[in-house]
Amino acid sequence: MMPQDISKSPVCNLAAGEEIRGKWNKLPYRIRRRLGYGATGAVYLADSMNGSVALKIGHDQMSITSEVNVLKRFSKVQGKVLGPSLIDVDDWQTRSGTYPFYAMEYLKGETLFDFMKARSPEWAGILLVQLLTDLHTLHQAGWAFGDLKPDNLLVTGPPYRIRWIDVGGTTVMDRSIKEYTEFFDRGYWGKGSRKAEPSYDLFSAGMVMVNLAYPARFTRKSDPDRQMHDLRKNSPMLRPYAHILEKAWNGKYRYAEEMRNELVLLLNENDKRSVKKNKKSTVQKSTVQNRTRQSQKKKEKSFIAETFLVFTFVFIVYLFYILGQTM
Amino acid sequence: MHKKGTLRQILLITDGCSNQGEDPVAMAALAHEQGISVNVIGVLNEDAPEYHRQGLKEVEDIAMAGGGISQVVYARQLAQTVKMVTQKAMAQTIKGVVNAELQQILGSKSTMDDLPPDKRGEVMEVVDEMGETMNLEVLILIDASGSMEDKMLTVQESLLDLSISLNSRIGDNEFAIFAFPGKKKEVDELLSWSSRLDSIGKVFSKLSLGGITPTGPAIKEGIAAFARKRSSKRSFLSDDAPGYIEESGM
Ligand SMILES: Nc1ncnc2c1ncn2[C@@H]1O[C@H](COP(=O)(O)OP(=O)(O)O)[C@@H](O)[C@H]1O
Ligand SMILES: [Mg+2]
Repeated sequence: MMPQDISKSPVCNLAAGEEIRGKWNKLPYRIRRRLGYGATGAVYLADSMNGSVALKIGHDQMSITSEVNVLKRFSKVQGKVLGPSLIDVDDWQTRSGTYPFYAMEYLKGETLFDFMKARSPEWAGILLVQLLTDLHTLHQAGWAFGDLKPDNLLVTGPPYRIRWIDVGGTTVMDRSIKEYTEFFDRGYWGKGSRKAEPSYDLFSAGMVMVNLAYPARFTRKSDPDRQMHDLRKNSPMLRPYAHILEKAWNGKYRYAEEMRNELVLLLNENDKRSVKKNKKSTVQKSTVQNRTRQSQKKKEKSFIAETFLVFTFVFIVYLFYILGQTM
Repeated sequence: MHKKGTLRQILLITDGCSNQGEDPVAMAALAHEQGISVNVIGVLNEDAPEYHRQGLKEVEDIAMAGGGISQVVYARQLAQTVKMVTQKAMAQTIKGVVNAELQQILGSKSTMDDLPPDKRGEVMEVVDEMGETMNLEVLILIDASGSMEDKMLTVQESLLDLSISLNSRIGDNEFAIFAFPGKKKEVDELLSWSSRLDSIGKVFSKLSLGGITPTGPAIKEGIAAFARKRSSKRSFLSDDAPGYIEESGM
């Protein structure tokens, strides 16, 4: 009843230019290219009468219907955009069978890995803050995301914003998680149940960060606590976040907001430190420049006067800057 | 509407052909008649997949007769498969029940798939709700013939993982584990009905692997174990829908 090799199914092999039309709503979609495929089916970029859409075509009525139910609910989470918005739901009839599909908003973006390749490591922290903000809203609405992993996340923009796709794992709170991936699943690591609760998602969110530092992933060893502790310590990217990641790993955060706020605090701290460092070095640099320039004129000028001059100079520039801002 | 009933499943994990006793396909049909679905996972050997392919036909036939699902995999995929098969089998049984209800309401041969997409969504919510809240009884039948020896640790881990998933549900679960061939009999009970599988390691250490593969008698013994459980509860209920016993009205 289940195809053994999904990639060979007609659902995964629609050609560019092919047109499909729903059985119920009769809306036409012209396939542009395949965006990806997974266990439930394939996702295509397609042209509809109202512009580009992402079309997810599945094999299994039940999983597609479940996802549609979740996407419908999302549009009801007050004013906030969580996940792609749902556009149309229908069946595609072919000679070999009837396949359920739905059209959703096409999110144009990069995968998390591609995005991070070209950017400095602090972006990882910022994206995680964004993700935790969305998770908090989702949790407040009574859902857990479930299958949180880089494959199910995209970075759209600029302005850059992390967005999730694939709501196949999204589960009503207190029920059993519908879909998950071992590496991001606390059950696999022996760190708790598969019950939908905020701490389940926060564990996965932490593991998304770990995965960014170790793109090859890894499997469980006999003492996962020790294993993770060492992996956090040995990665320069993870080390600053080690404390937060450890709390998420141990299910210590009850709400996404708690984790988010600690992360924001940490990122600000880091910021201050690097800003302080920067300031010092620019001041030093300008002092040196001034000194050499002035030393050509009056070598006897005292150091205190010099610094005073520099500060006055900086202050005047700053005044002009403020004026420029307010005008 | 909230319903609480019990789903009854046999999960057979085997790597080869049966060679002793009753026809396993017939026994699976017998189980199905009594509201127990029979699901089968065929485990392939990494070194000699071709040798075991002969057994696949039987794997499929047993599941079909037993109203269940079959899947053939390599040992390393066992954990995911055990869960997937159990959950799909639950969903399939529930869907069968829901479809039967729909036919009563809408008449003729209409099923969930014939409904327009928005109505389907509502039915799906009922299916989800039932899958989450119904009680589940899973009887696991493990092929302990010699060729399975190197796969036993994986089987054990897979079952532990299954219990993590199922115990995260709202409904109750009970598991029993039988192995065949047994030490002196055709089938041995390794673990009698229990809601936890934490102590499963000890159970597996009792196991001794034998030469014959009495799959048919094992399924028959499984049916008997369900019957004993039911009569011990002294609540013999009507079992009309396959794998599904209604305990309070829909
Ligand atoms: N709304 C969307 N916009 C853009 N790309 C998408 C969208 N939905 C899915 N994709 C792409 O398709 C891939 C597979 O989709 P997904 O829903 O995750 O399928 P599956 O449930 O089979 O894993 C994703 O990894 C992503 O690259
Ligand atoms: Mg996916």
